[in-house]
Amino acid sequence: MILFIIGLISGIIGGMGIGGGTILIPSLIFFTELNQKEAQGINLIVFIPVAIVALIVHFKEGNIETKVSKWLILGGVFGAILGSLLAMKIKANSLKTCFGIFLLFIGIYELLKKE
Amino acid sequence: MDTIVLKLIGIGFITGIINGLFGSGGGTIIVPALVFLIGMEDFKAHATAISIILPLSIISTIIYLKSNIIKLDISFIVVLGGIIGSFIGAKFLKKIPNLILRKIFGIIIIITALRMVLS
Repeated sequence: MILFIIGLISGIIGGMGIGGGTILIPSLIFFTELNQKEAQGINLIVFIPVAIVALIVHFKEGNIETKVSKWLILGGVFGAILGSLLAMKIKANSLKTCFGIFLLFIGIYELLKKE
Repeated sequence: MDTIVLKLIGIGFITGIINGLFGSGGGTIIVPALVFLIGMEDFKAHATAISIILPLSIISTIIYLKSNIIKLDISFIVVLGGIIGSFIGAKFLKKIPNLILRKIFGIIIIITALRMVLS
């Protein structure tokens, strides 16, 4: 049940357009026995069906700039391979600390950002 | 190749690394990049970000799966909640003032981050 609720809350926040993963991963760490790597893996796989649904809606409404996205994906593919392999090499606890520092920057950015 | 294309490839590369390394966070890199560097409107940047992060997340998922990191039974339950939640979230999106929401979100994230670093 706790897993369903964690998914539900992150889904709501993600659907609102602010990082669902930044809520999902820490929640899984705090409230379940999963380690950092396992929580990250779940976030990745959970994102796929949710993103497909969102993407279909956005495509129909013409919100996606495909001219821009193809180049971003090209660079992104290499980054994704490198980043994922790196994550597999790092110990779960060290990865948790790095993730925490990354989160801290996101939080500060959100607070300081002017609309 | 002009500089804008190189810039896009570079932004994509960094997004991919972050998204693969942390299993999340691609959007937090790419949305501001699209808004500030390309001058895209905010809602288009969010939509375009998904079209980029989806293929990157699929690649990362495959690498994580091959390393036996992903527990599929747990993922399935979280996915169910996630899909229902994102429908609710998408509906709420237009009703709650974004600025207040973002400040609350920022504070929660900072507290969470400190807890993760210090524990």
